[in-house]
Amino acid sequence: MAEQPGDTRFDPARLAAEATEVRKRILTTIGAAKMGHVGGDLSVTDILVTLFFGVLNVDPARPEMPDRDRFVLSKGHCAAALYTVLARRGFFAEDELASFMQPLSRLNGHPNRRKVPGVEANTGPLGHGLPIAVGTAVGAQVTGASYRSFCIVGDGELQEGSNWEAAMFAGHRGLGNLTLVADRNGLQQGARVADTNDLSPLGDKFAAFGWEVRDIDGHDHAALLDALSRPGEGRPVFVLARTVKGKGVSFMEDGVEWHHGVPTPAQIDAALKELSR
Amino acid sequence: MSDKGVAAGLHDCRKAFAETLAEMARGDARIVAVCNDSVGSSNLKAFQQEFPDRLINVGIAEQNMVGVAAGLANAGLVPFVCCASPFLTGRAMEQVKVDAAYNGYHIVLCGMSPGMAYGELGPTHHSIEDLAWMRAIHDLTVLVPADPFQTREAVRQAASAEGPVFMRIGRFAVPAVSDEAAGFAIGRADELRGGSDVTIVATGTLVSRALEAADRLAEDGISARVLNVSSLAPIDAEALVRAARETRGIVTAEEGVPHGGLGGAVAEIVAQAHPTRMKILGVTAFAPTGDTAFLLDHFGLNAAGIEAAARQLAA
Repeated sequence: MAEQPGDTRFDPARLAAEATEVRKRILTTIGAAKMGHVGGDLSVTDILVTLFFGVLNVDPARPEMPDRDRFVLSKGHCAAALYTVLARRGFFAEDELASFMQPLSRLNGHPNRRKVPGVEANTGPLGHGLPIAVGTAVGAQVTGASYRSFCIVGDGELQEGSNWEAAMFAGHRGLGNLTLVADRNGLQQGARVADTNDLSPLGDKFAAFGWEVRDIDGHDHAALLDALSRPGEGRPVFVLARTVKGKGVSFMEDGVEWHHGVPTPAQIDAALKELSR
Repeated sequence: MSDKGVAAGLHDCRKAFAETLAEMARGDARIVAVCNDSVGSSNLKAFQQEFPDRLINVGIAEQNMVGVAAGLANAGLVPFVCCASPFLTGRAMEQVKVDAAYNGYHIVLCGMSPGMAYGELGPTHHSIEDLAWMRAIHDLTVLVPADPFQTREAVRQAASAEGPVFMRIGRFAVPAVSDEAAGFAIGRADELRGGSDVTIVATGTLVSRALEAADRLAEDGISARVLNVSSLAPIDAEALVRAARETRGIVTAEEGVPHGGLGGAVAEIVAQAHPTRMKILGVTAFAPTGDTAFLLDHFGLNAAGIEAAARQLAA
Protein backbone atom coordinates (compact mmCIF):
# COMPACT_ATOMS: atom_id res chain seq x y z
CA MET A 1 0.00 0.00 0.00
CA ALA A 2 2.43 2.66 1.15
CA GLU A 3 3.38 5.29 -1.40
CA GLN A 4 6.03 7.88 -0.69
CA PRO A 5 6.20 8.86 2.97
CA GLY A 6 3.86 11.76 3.61
CA ASP A 7 1.88 11.17 0.44
CA THR A 8 -1.34 9.84 1.85
CA ARG A 9 -3.78 11.38 -0.58
CA PHE A 10 -5.15 8.40 -2.41
CA ASP A 11 -7.73 8.89 -5.13
CA PRO A 12 -11.15 7.28 -4.67
CA ALA A 13 -10.36 4.22 -6.78
CA ARG A 14 -7.24 3.48 -4.79
CA LEU A 15 -9.09 4.06 -1.52
CA ALA A 16 -11.66 1.48 -2.68
CA ALA A 17 -8.90 -1.01 -3.45
CA GLU A 18 -7.33 -0.41 -0.05
CA ALA A 19 -10.73 -0.86 1.64
CA THR A 20 -11.07 -4.26 -0.01
CA GLU A 21 -7.70 -5.34 1.37
CA VAL A 22 -8.70 -4.05 4.82
CA ARG A 23 -11.95 -6.02 4.68
CA LYS A 24 -10.11 -9.23 3.81
CA ARG A 25 -7.71 -8.73 6.66
CA ILE A 26 -10.54 -8.00 9.12
CA LEU A 27 -12.18 -11.30 8.16
CA THR A 28 -9.03 -13.35 8.61
CA THR A 29 -8.21 -11.57 11.88
CA ILE A 30 -11.65 -12.19 13.38
CA GLY A 31 -11.67 -15.72 12.00
CA ALA A 32 -8.39 -16.47 13.78
CA ALA A 33 -9.46 -14.79 17.03
CA LYS A 34 -12.93 -16.38 16.85
CA MET A 35 -14.18 -13.09 18.34
CA GLY A 36 -14.99 -9.64 17.09
CA HIS A 37 -17.65 -7.37 15.67
CA VAL A 38 -17.43 -8.17 12.00
CA GLY A 39 -20.65 -6.48 10.87
CA GLY A 40 -19.74 -3.05 12.23
CA ASP A 41 -16.10 -3.45 11.18
CA LEU A 42 -17.18 -3.91 7.57
CA SER A 43 -19.64 -1.00 7.67
CA VAL A 44 -17.06 1.45 9.02
CA THR A 45 -14.16 0.32 6.82
CA ASP A 46 -14.60 2.82 4.00
CA ILE A 47 -14.86 5.74 6.43
CA LEU A 48 -11.71 4.68 8.30
CA VAL A 49 -9.74 4.07 5.10
CA THR A 50 -10.73 7.46 3.69
CA LEU A 51 -9.74 9.19 6.90
CA PHE A 52 -6.39 7.47 7.43
CA PHE A 53 -5.29 7.29 3.78
CA GLY A 54 -6.89 10.43 2.42
CA VAL A 55 -7.63 13.02 5.07
CA LEU A 56 -5.91 12.87 8.45
CA ASN A 57 -2.65 14.67 9.05
CA VAL A 58 -0.93 11.91 11.02
CA ASP A 59 2.57 10.49 10.89
CA PRO A 60 3.11 6.86 11.85
CA ALA A 61 6.73 7.70 12.64
CA ARG A 62 5.60 10.37 15.10
CA PRO A 63 2.25 9.23 16.47
CA GLU A 64 2.33 11.86 19.23
CA MET A 65 3.27 14.86 17.10
CA PRO A 66 1.51 17.85 18.70
CA ASP A 67 -0.20 19.13 15.55
CA ARG A 68 -1.54 15.76 14.41
CA ASP A 69 -5.22 15.60 13.60
CA ARG A 70 -7.12 13.91 16.42
CA PHE A 71 -9.25 10.90 15.59
CA VAL A 72 -11.43 9.07 18.14
CA LEU A 73 -13.19 5.83 17.26
CA SER A 74 -16.11 6.04 19.67
CA LYS A 75 -17.59 2.72 18.53
CA GLY A 76 -14.66 0.97 20.16
CA HIS A 77 -16.04 -2.53 19.57
CA CYS A 78 -14.89 -2.05 15.97
CA ALA A 79 -11.28 -2.13 17.10
CA ALA A 80 -10.38 -4.78 14.51
CA ALA A 81 -11.16 -2.34 11.69
CA LEU A 82 -9.16 0.43 13.38
CA TYR A 83 -6.18 -1.85 14.11
CA THR A 84 -6.15 -3.08 10.52
CA VAL A 85 -6.16 0.43 9.10
CA LEU A 86 -3.49 1.59 11.59
CA ALA A 87 -1.29 -1.38 10.70
CA ARG A 88 -1.65 -0.88 6.97
CA ARG A 89 -0.97 2.83 7.41
CA GLY A 90 2.28 1.94 9.14
CA PHE A 91 1.61 2.53 12.85
CA PHE A 92 2.66 -1.05 13.66
CA ALA A 93 3.54 -4.21 11.79
CA GLU A 94 0.67 -5.87 9.98
CA ASP A 95 1.80 -9.28 11.27
CA GLU A 96 0.80 -8.21 14.75
CA LEU A 97 -2.87 -8.36 13.75
CA ALA A 98 -2.55 -12.12 14.22
CA SER A 99 -2.41 -11.50 17.98
CA PHE A 100 -5.82 -9.78 18.05
CA MET A 101 -7.51 -10.58 21.39
CA GLN A 102 -4.93 -13.24 22.28
CA PRO A 103 -3.62 -13.36 25.86
CA LEU A 104 -1.33 -10.39 26.65
CA SER A 105 -1.64 -8.95 23.14
CA ARG A 106 -1.78 -5.17 23.12
CA LEU A 107 -4.58 -5.54 20.57
CA ASN A 108 -7.42 -5.79 23.09
CA GLY A 109 -11.02 -6.09 21.89
CA HIS A 110 -11.32 -2.33 22.43
CA PRO A 111 -8.69 0.32 21.63
CA ASN A 112 -6.13 1.43 24.25
CA ARG A 113 -4.10 4.57 23.67
CA ARG A 114 -1.51 3.61 26.24
CA LYS A 115 -0.53 0.54 24.24
CA VAL A 116 -1.34 1.03 20.57
CA PRO A 117 0.25 3.90 18.59
CA GLY A 118 -2.31 5.87 16.62
CA VAL A 119 -5.10 5.29 19.12
CA GLU A 120 -6.15 8.64 20.58
CA ALA A 121 -8.56 7.52 23.31
CA ASN A 122 -9.60 4.36 25.10
CA THR A 123 -13.16 3.59 24.08
CA GLY A 124 -15.57 0.73 24.40
CA PRO A 125 -18.46 1.81 26.57
CA LEU A 126 -20.61 3.78 24.14
CA GLY A 127 -21.07 7.52 24.19
CA HIS A 128 -17.55 8.45 25.32
CA GLY A 129 -15.81 9.41 22.07
CA LEU A 130 -17.67 12.55 21.03
CA PRO A 131 -17.15 14.42 24.33
CA ILE A 132 -13.41 13.66 24.10
CA ALA A 133 -13.24 14.85 20.48
CA VAL A 134 -15.14 18.00 21.50
CA GLY A 135 -12.48 18.46 24.18
CA THR A 136 -9.61 18.13 21.70
CA ALA A 137 -11.39 20.65 19.43
CA VAL A 138 -11.94 23.11 22.30
CA GLY A 139 -8.30 22.55 23.27
CA ALA A 140 -7.24 23.69 19.79
CA GLN A 141 -9.40 26.81 20.23
CA VAL A 142 -7.75 27.55 23.58
CA THR A 143 -4.17 26.92 22.43
CA GLY A 144 -4.51 28.27 18.89
CA ALA A 145 -3.54 24.92 17.35
CA SER A 146 -4.60 24.30 13.77
CA TYR A 147 -5.26 20.56 13.84
CA ARG A 148 -8.73 19.12 13.20
CA SER A 149 -10.67 16.67 15.38
CA PHE A 150 -12.65 13.72 14.05
CA CYS A 151 -14.90 11.17 15.71
CA ILE A 152 -16.86 8.17 14.44
CA VAL A 153 -19.95 6.97 16.29
CA GLY A 154 -22.27 4.13 15.47
CA ASP A 155 -25.86 5.17 14.92
CA GLY A 156 -27.16 2.94 17.71
CA GLU A 157 -24.58 4.55 19.94
CA LEU A 158 -26.35 7.87 19.51
CA GLN A 159 -28.99 6.58 21.91
CA GLU A 160 -26.48 7.38 24.69
CA GLY A 161 -27.28 10.78 26.21
CA SER A 162 -23.68 11.89 26.59
CA ASN A 163 -23.53 12.34 22.79
CA TRP A 164 -26.29 14.91 22.93
CA GLU A 165 -24.62 16.80 25.77
CA ALA A 166 -21.54 16.98 23.55
CA ALA A 167 -23.46 17.78 20.35
CA MET A 168 -25.19 20.70 22.07
CA PHE A 169 -21.89 22.06 23.38
CA ALA A 170 -20.05 21.66 20.05
CA GLY A 171 -22.81 23.63 18.33
CA HIS A 172 -22.72 26.29 21.02
CA ARG A 173 -18.92 26.67 20.70
CA GLY A 174 -19.09 26.79 16.88
CA LEU A 175 -16.43 24.11 16.56
CA GLY A 176 -15.64 24.28 12.85
CA ASN A 177 -12.54 22.20 13.56
CA LEU A 178 -14.68 19.20 14.60
CA THR A 179 -16.15 16.56 12.27
CA LEU A 180 -18.40 13.78 13.56
CA VAL A 181 -19.21 10.82 11.33
CA ALA A 182 -22.17 8.59 12.12
CA ASP A 183 -21.74 5.09 10.70
CA ARG A 184 -25.46 4.87 9.95
CA ASN A 185 -25.93 1.18 9.21
CA GLY A 186 -29.35 1.12 10.85
CA LEU A 187 -28.62 -1.87 13.08
CA GLN A 188 -27.63 -2.17 16.70
CA GLN A 189 -26.67 -5.24 18.67
CA GLY A 190 -30.13 -6.71 19.07
CA ALA A 191 -32.34 -5.23 16.36
CA ARG A 192 -32.87 -2.39 13.92
CA VAL A 193 -32.22 1.04 15.40
CA ALA A 194 -35.60 2.14 14.05
CA ASP A 195 -37.33 -0.67 15.94
CA THR A 196 -35.46 -0.05 19.21
CA ASN A 197 -35.34 3.69 19.81
CA ASP A 198 -35.55 5.46 16.47
CA LEU A 199 -33.15 8.32 15.79
CA SER A 200 -34.87 9.71 12.72
CA PRO A 201 -34.64 12.36 11.44
CA LEU A 202 -30.98 12.11 12.43
CA GLY A 203 -29.53 14.89 10.28
CA ASP A 204 -32.26 17.30 11.39
CA LYS A 205 -31.39 16.69 15.02
CA PHE A 206 -27.78 17.74 14.50
CA ALA A 207 -28.85 20.66 12.30
CA ALA A 208 -31.09 21.84 15.13
CA PHE A 209 -28.05 21.82 17.42
CA GLY A 210 -26.17 24.13 15.02
CA TRP A 211 -24.20 21.58 12.98
CA GLU A 212 -23.64 21.55 9.23
CA VAL A 213 -25.00 18.23 7.97
CA ARG A 214 -23.50 16.31 5.04
CA ASP A 215 -25.69 13.36 4.12
CA ILE A 216 -23.71 10.87 1.99
CA ASP A 217 -23.28 7.25 0.94
CA GLY A 218 -20.75 6.00 3.47
CA HIS A 219 -19.25 3.54 0.98
CA ASP A 220 -18.63 6.13 -1.75
CA HIS A 221 -14.99 7.13 -1.39
CA ALA A 222 -15.32 10.26 -3.51
CA ALA A 223 -18.22 11.46 -1.38
CA LEU A 224 -16.35 10.57 1.81
CA LEU A 225 -13.20 12.38 0.65
CA ASP A 226 -15.21 15.48 -0.13
CA ALA A 227 -17.24 15.44 3.11
CA LEU A 228 -14.27 14.75 5.36
CA SER A 229 -11.70 17.03 3.74
CA ARG A 230 -13.60 20.29 4.16
CA PRO A 231 -13.75 21.74 7.69
CA GLY A 232 -16.91 23.52 8.81
CA GLU A 233 -17.21 27.27 8.65
CA GLY A 234 -17.86 28.27 12.23
CA ARG A 235 -19.98 25.18 12.73
CA PRO A 236 -19.13 21.57 13.54
CA VAL A 237 -19.71 19.14 10.68
CA PHE A 238 -21.94 16.09 10.98
CA VAL A 239 -21.35 13.51 8.25
CA LEU A 240 -24.37 11.23 8.09
CA ALA A 241 -22.68 8.30 6.36
CA ARG A 242 -25.29 5.82 5.18
CA THR A 243 -23.70 2.40 5.38
CA VAL A 244 -24.54 -1.31 5.31
CA LYS A 245 -23.61 -3.56 8.19
CA GLY A 246 -21.44 -6.41 6.88
CA LYS A 247 -20.76 -4.42 3.66
CA GLY A 248 -18.95 -6.37 0.94
CA VAL A 249 -19.96 -9.86 2.04
CA SER A 250 -23.36 -10.68 0.56
CA PHE A 251 -24.47 -13.13 3.24
CA MET A 252 -23.57 -10.70 6.03
CA GLU A 253 -25.00 -7.52 4.58
CA ASP A 254 -27.70 -5.85 6.68
CA GLY A 255 -27.92 -8.86 9.00
CA VAL A 256 -28.22 -8.14 12.71
CA GLU A 257 -26.80 -11.59 13.51
CA TRP A 258 -23.39 -10.33 12.32
CA HIS A 259 -23.06 -7.71 15.08
CA HIS A 260 -20.71 -10.04 16.87
CA GLY A 261 -21.32 -13.26 15.03
CA VAL A 262 -18.11 -15.14 14.16
CA PRO A 263 -17.88 -16.60 10.66
CA THR A 264 -16.88 -20.24 10.21
CA PRO A 265 -13.73 -21.06 8.21
CA ALA A 266 -15.93 -21.96 5.22
CA GLN A 267 -17.78 -18.66 5.51
CA ILE A 268 -14.49 -16.78 5.66
CA ASP A 269 -13.29 -18.56 2.51
CA ALA A 270 -16.51 -17.66 0.73
CA ALA A 271 -16.27 -14.05 1.90
CA LEU A 272 -12.63 -13.72 0.80
CA LYS A 273 -13.51 -15.14 -2.65
CA GLU A 274 -16.34 -12.64 -2.98
CA LEU A 275 -14.06 -9.74 -2.01
CA SER A 276 -11.37 -10.94 -4.45
CA ARG A 277 -13.63 -10.84 -7.46
CA MET B 1 -27.74 26.07 53.22
CA SER B 2 -25.04 26.31 55.85
CA ASP B 3 -23.11 29.07 54.20
CA LYS B 4 -23.90 31.71 56.77
CA GLY B 5 -20.52 33.37 56.93
CA VAL B 6 -17.36 31.94 58.31
CA ALA B 7 -16.90 32.29 62.07
CA ALA B 8 -13.66 33.58 63.53
CA GLY B 9 -10.85 31.06 63.30
CA LEU B 10 -12.69 29.00 60.69
CA HIS B 11 -11.88 28.84 56.99
CA ASP B 12 -13.70 28.16 53.75
CA CYS B 13 -11.31 25.93 51.78
CA ARG B 14 -12.93 26.99 48.50
CA LYS B 15 -11.28 30.39 48.93
CA ALA B 16 -7.84 28.82 49.29
CA PHE B 17 -8.64 26.60 46.32
CA ALA B 18 -9.70 29.46 44.02
CA GLU B 19 -6.77 31.68 44.98
CA THR B 20 -4.24 28.92 44.42
CA LEU B 21 -5.78 27.84 41.13
CA ALA B 22 -5.53 31.42 39.82
CA GLU B 23 -1.98 31.72 41.09
CA MET B 24 -1.02 28.49 39.32
CA ALA B 25 -2.80 29.60 36.14
CA ARG B 26 -0.82 32.86 36.08
CA GLY B 27 2.40 30.90 35.83
CA ASP B 28 1.21 28.05 33.63
CA ALA B 29 -0.80 28.70 30.47
CA ARG B 30 -1.80 25.05 30.30
CA ILE B 31 -4.12 25.33 33.30
CA VAL B 32 -7.81 25.64 32.44
CA ALA B 33 -10.93 25.36 34.57
CA VAL B 34 -13.87 23.25 33.41
CA CYS B 35 -17.24 23.45 35.11
CA ASN B 36 -20.92 22.61 34.78
CA ASP B 37 -22.76 25.88 35.31
CA SER B 38 -20.95 26.01 38.65
CA VAL B 39 -18.92 29.22 38.27
CA GLY B 40 -20.49 30.60 41.44
CA SER B 41 -20.63 27.49 43.59
CA SER B 42 -17.07 26.54 42.61
CA ASN B 43 -15.87 30.08 43.44
CA LEU B 44 -14.57 30.57 39.87
CA LYS B 45 -15.88 34.10 39.19
CA ALA B 46 -12.48 35.74 39.66
CA PHE B 47 -10.81 33.04 37.52
CA GLN B 48 -13.36 33.66 34.79
CA GLN B 49 -12.68 37.41 34.88
CA GLU B 50 -8.92 36.96 34.73
CA PHE B 51 -8.86 34.08 32.22
CA PRO B 52 -12.10 34.27 30.23
CA ASP B 53 -10.79 31.98 27.48
CA ARG B 54 -9.58 29.39 29.98
CA LEU B 55 -12.87 28.90 31.80
CA ILE B 56 -14.82 26.25 29.92
CA ASN B 57 -18.38 25.98 31.15
CA VAL B 58 -20.09 23.03 29.47
CA GLY B 59 -23.44 23.69 31.11
CA ILE B 60 -25.35 21.14 33.14
CA ALA B 61 -23.79 18.07 31.53
CA GLU B 62 -21.38 16.19 33.77
CA GLN B 63 -20.60 13.25 31.49
CA ASN B 64 -19.65 15.62 28.69
CA MET B 65 -17.71 17.74 31.19
CA VAL B 66 -15.32 14.91 32.09
CA GLY B 67 -15.03 13.74 28.47
CA VAL B 68 -14.21 17.28 27.35
CA ALA B 69 -11.58 17.47 30.09
CA ALA B 70 -10.00 14.29 28.69
CA GLY B 71 -9.87 15.92 25.26
CA LEU B 72 -8.34 19.08 26.73
CA ALA B 73 -5.67 16.96 28.43
CA ASN B 74 -5.04 15.25 25.08
CA ALA B 75 -4.54 18.74 23.62
CA GLY B 76 -1.77 19.42 26.15
CA LEU B 77 -3.78 21.40 28.70
CA VAL B 78 -4.17 20.70 32.43
CA PRO B 79 -7.88 20.84 33.20
CA PHE B 80 -9.20 21.42 36.71
CA VAL B 81 -12.77 20.13 36.61
CA CYS B 82 -14.88 21.87 39.25
CA CYS B 83 -18.27 20.40 40.02
CA ALA B 84 -20.37 19.51 43.04
CA SER B 85 -18.89 16.26 44.24
CA PRO B 86 -22.04 14.07 44.14
CA PHE B 87 -22.57 14.81 40.44
CA LEU B 88 -18.94 14.77 39.37
CA THR B 89 -18.34 11.38 40.94
CA GLY B 90 -21.77 9.82 40.60
CA ARG B 91 -23.19 11.09 37.32
CA ALA B 92 -19.87 10.89 35.51
CA MET B 93 -18.30 7.90 37.25
CA GLU B 94 -17.74 5.88 34.07
CA GLN B 95 -16.15 8.92 32.44
CA VAL B 96 -13.86 9.27 35.47
CA LYS B 97 -12.90 5.61 35.18
CA VAL B 98 -12.51 5.40 31.40
CA ASP B 99 -11.87 8.89 30.04
CA ALA B 100 -9.63 10.10 32.88
CA ALA B 101 -8.07 7.13 34.69
CA TYR B 102 -7.88 4.34 32.09
CA ASN B 103 -6.61 6.80 29.50
CA GLY B 104 -4.07 8.04 32.04
CA TYR B 105 -4.82 11.68 31.31
CA HIS B 106 -3.59 14.33 33.71
CA ILE B 107 -6.92 15.79 34.81
CA VAL B 108 -7.64 17.25 38.24
CA LEU B 109 -11.18 16.43 39.29
CA CYS B 110 -12.31 18.76 42.05
CA GLY B 111 -15.32 17.53 43.99
CA MET B 112 -16.76 20.70 45.45
CA SER B 113 -18.90 20.82 48.59
CA PRO B 114 -18.48 17.14 49.45
CA GLY B 115 -19.90 15.14 52.33
CA MET B 116 -22.97 16.75 53.82
CA ALA B 117 -21.97 20.30 52.91
CA TYR B 118 -25.37 20.79 51.30
CA GLY B 119 -27.06 19.70 54.53
CA GLU B 120 -30.63 20.90 54.12
CA LEU B 121 -30.74 20.09 50.41
CA GLY B 122 -31.03 16.44 51.32
CA PRO B 123 -29.41 13.12 50.47
CA THR B 124 -29.49 13.69 46.69
CA HIS B 125 -26.93 16.43 47.29
CA HIS B 126 -24.93 14.73 50.03
CA SER B 127 -21.71 13.38 48.58
CA ILE B 128 -21.13 10.54 51.00
CA GLU B 129 -20.23 7.82 48.49
CA ASP B 130 -17.57 9.74 46.57
CA LEU B 131 -14.53 8.46 48.47
CA ALA B 132 -15.66 4.84 48.17
CA TRP B 133 -16.37 5.26 44.45
CA MET B 134 -13.20 7.13 43.56
CA ARG B 135 -10.98 4.90 45.68
CA ALA B 136 -12.16 1.90 43.66
CA ILE B 137 -10.64 3.28 40.43
CA HIS B 138 -7.07 2.29 39.55
CA ASP B 139 -4.47 4.96 38.84
CA LEU B 140 -6.57 7.73 40.40
CA THR B 141 -4.99 9.80 43.17
CA VAL B 142 -7.59 10.65 45.83
CA LEU B 143 -6.95 13.64 48.12
CA VAL B 144 -8.98 15.13 50.96
CA PRO B 145 -7.28 18.31 52.16
CA ALA B 146 -8.36 19.09 55.71
CA ASP B 147 -7.71 22.84 55.87
CA PRO B 148 -6.64 25.81 53.73
CA PHE B 149 -2.92 24.97 53.92
CA GLN B 150 -3.51 21.42 52.69
CA THR B 151 -5.91 22.73 50.04
CA ARG B 152 -3.30 25.08 48.62
CA GLU B 153 -0.66 22.37 48.62
CA ALA B 154 -3.03 19.83 47.09
CA VAL B 155 -3.79 22.19 44.20
CA ARG B 156 -0.10 22.93 43.63
CA GLN B 157 0.98 19.32 43.75
CA ALA B 158 -1.96 18.10 41.68
CA ALA B 159 -1.08 20.61 38.95
CA SER B 160 2.30 18.98 38.49
CA ALA B 161 1.29 15.38 39.27
CA GLU B 162 1.14 12.65 36.65
CA GLY B 163 -2.16 11.08 35.74
CA PRO B 164 -5.59 11.91 37.12
CA VAL B 165 -6.30 13.30 40.58
CA PHE B 166 -9.56 13.57 42.48
CA MET B 167 -9.72 16.01 45.37
CA ARG B 168 -12.50 17.00 47.74
CA ILE B 169 -12.82 20.75 48.31
CA GLY B 170 -14.90 21.37 51.42
CA ARG B 171 -17.55 24.03 51.82
CA PHE B 172 -18.10 23.57 55.57
CA ALA B 173 -15.86 25.98 57.51
CA VAL B 174 -12.95 24.30 59.28
CA PRO B 175 -10.12 25.38 61.61
CA ALA B 176 -6.50 25.13 60.54
CA VAL B 177 -5.16 21.78 61.73
CA SER B 178 -1.93 21.26 59.77
CA ASP B 179 1.63 21.60 60.91
CA GLU B 180 2.70 23.79 57.99
CA ALA B 181 6.37 23.20 58.70
CA ALA B 182 5.84 19.51 58.02
CA GLY B 183 4.43 20.33 54.60
CA PHE B 184 2.00 18.24 52.61
CA ALA B 185 2.87 15.12 50.68
CA ILE B 186 0.67 12.97 48.47
CA GLY B 187 0.74 9.47 49.97
CA ARG B 188 1.67 10.54 53.48
CA ALA B 189 -0.51 10.52 56.60
CA ASP B 190 0.33 13.23 59.12
CA GLU B 191 0.53 12.37 62.81
CA LEU B 192 -1.00 15.45 64.39
CA ARG B 193 -0.91 14.09 67.91
CA GLY B 194 1.25 11.33 69.36
CA GLY B 195 -0.44 8.63 71.43
CA SER B 196 -0.04 5.06 72.64
CA ASP B 197 -3.46 3.82 73.82
CA VAL B 198 -5.68 4.24 70.77
CA THR B 199 -5.46 5.77 67.28
CA ILE B 200 -7.99 8.07 65.68
CA VAL B 201 -7.70 8.24 61.92
CA ALA B 202 -9.68 11.08 60.37
CA THR B 203 -10.04 12.90 57.09
CA GLY B 204 -11.41 16.28 55.97
CA THR B 205 -13.91 17.92 58.30
CA LEU B 206 -13.45 15.22 60.93
CA VAL B 207 -9.79 15.98 61.61
CA SER B 208 -10.44 18.92 63.94
CA ARG B 209 -13.08 16.86 65.75
CA ALA B 210 -10.57 14.04 66.18
CA LEU B 211 -8.16 16.47 67.81
CA GLU B 212 -10.92 17.65 70.15
CA ALA B 213 -11.70 14.07 71.06
CA ALA B 214 -8.04 13.42 71.78
CA ASP B 215 -8.00 16.42 74.14
CA ARG B 216 -11.01 15.06 76.04
CA LEU B 217 -9.45 11.60 76.27
CA ALA B 218 -6.20 13.10 77.58
CA GLU B 219 -8.13 14.63 80.48
CA ASP B 220 -8.89 11.05 81.57
CA GLY B 221 -5.34 9.91 80.98
CA ILE B 222 -6.09 8.12 77.71
CA SER B 223 -3.37 8.74 75.16
CA ALA B 224 -4.86 8.99 71.66
CA ARG B 225 -2.78 9.22 68.50
CA VAL B 226 -4.38 11.31 65.73
CA LEU B 227 -3.58 10.66 62.09
CA ASN B 228 -4.82 12.94 59.33
CA VAL B 229 -5.20 10.87 56.18
CA SER B 230 -5.50 13.52 53.48
CA SER B 231 -4.24 11.14 50.79
CA LEU B 232 -6.58 8.15 50.45
CA ALA B 233 -4.91 6.90 47.30
CA PRO B 234 -2.07 6.35 47.53
CA ILE B 235 -2.49 5.77 51.26
CA ASP B 236 0.18 5.67 53.94
CA ALA B 237 -0.04 1.98 54.82
CA GLU B 238 3.10 2.12 56.90
CA ALA B 239 1.69 4.72 59.32
CA LEU B 240 -1.55 2.75 59.63
CA VAL B 241 0.16 -0.57 60.32
CA ARG B 242 2.37 1.14 62.88
CA ALA B 243 -0.74 2.53 64.59
CA ALA B 244 -2.28 -0.96 64.61
CA ARG B 245 0.85 -2.38 66.15
CA GLU B 246 1.52 0.36 68.69
CA THR B 247 -1.99 1.16 69.97
CA ARG B 248 -4.92 -0.98 71.10
CA GLY B 249 -7.31 -0.13 68.29
CA ILE B 250 -8.22 2.31 65.51
CA VAL B 251 -11.23 4.59 65.18
CA THR B 252 -11.83 6.04 61.73
CA ALA B 253 -14.01 9.10 61.16
CA GLU B 254 -15.13 10.52 57.83
CA GLU B 255 -17.98 12.50 56.32
CA GLY B 256 -19.09 9.62 54.18
CA VAL B 257 -20.47 6.09 54.20
CA PRO B 258 -18.77 3.71 56.65
CA HIS B 259 -18.13 1.19 53.88
CA GLY B 260 -15.54 1.67 51.20
CA GLY B 261 -14.08 5.08 52.03
CA LEU B 262 -11.46 5.90 54.66
CA GLY B 263 -12.76 3.23 57.06
CA GLY B 264 -12.69 0.61 54.35
CA ALA B 265 -9.20 1.60 53.26
CA VAL B 266 -7.79 1.37 56.79
CA ALA B 267 -9.59 -1.92 57.49
CA GLU B 268 -8.23 -3.51 54.30
CA ILE B 269 -4.68 -2.62 55.27
CA VAL B 270 -4.65 -3.56 58.94
CA ALA B 271 -6.71 -6.74 58.44
CA GLN B 272 -3.98 -8.07 56.16
CA ALA B 273 -0.90 -6.70 57.92
CA HIS B 274 -1.69 -6.48 61.63
CA PRO B 275 -5.32 -7.19 62.56
CA THR B 276 -6.64 -4.91 65.27
CA ARG B 277 -9.98 -3.83 66.67
CA MET B 278 -11.64 -1.00 64.76
CA LYS B 279 -14.61 1.34 64.99
CA ILE B 280 -15.61 2.83 61.65
CA LEU B 281 -17.59 6.04 62.07
CA GLY B 282 -19.49 7.50 59.15
CA VAL B 283 -22.84 8.48 57.71
CA THR B 284 -24.91 5.38 58.37
CA ALA B 285 -28.16 6.27 56.57
CA PHE B 286 -29.71 8.70 54.12
CA ALA B 287 -29.81 11.77 56.31
CA PRO B 288 -32.82 13.54 57.81
CA THR B 289 -33.29 17.27 57.21
CA GLY B 290 -30.78 19.54 58.84
CA ASP B 291 -27.74 21.71 58.29
CA THR B 292 -24.24 20.26 58.11
CA ALA B 293 -23.36 20.78 61.76
CA PHE B 294 -26.64 19.24 62.87
CA LEU B 295 -26.11 16.23 60.62
CA LEU B 296 -22.54 15.65 61.79
CA ASP B 297 -23.86 15.57 65.35
CA HIS B 298 -26.80 13.39 64.34
CA PHE B 299 -24.46 10.70 63.02
CA GLY B 300 -22.05 11.00 65.94
CA LEU B 301 -19.41 12.54 63.71
CA ASN B 302 -18.24 14.91 66.43
CA ALA B 303 -15.79 14.97 69.31
CA ALA B 304 -18.23 13.18 71.63
CA GLY B 305 -18.90 10.38 69.17
CA ILE B 306 -15.23 9.85 68.38
CA GLU B 307 -14.34 9.99 72.07
CA ALA B 308 -16.93 7.34 72.95
CA ALA B 309 -15.68 4.99 70.23
CA ALA B 310 -12.06 5.51 71.25
CA ARG B 311 -12.83 4.79 74.93
CA GLN B 312 -14.25 1.40 74.00
CA LEU B 313 -11.09 0.47 72.12
CA ALA B 314 -8.72 1.87 74.75
CA ALA B 315 -10.38 -0.09 77.54
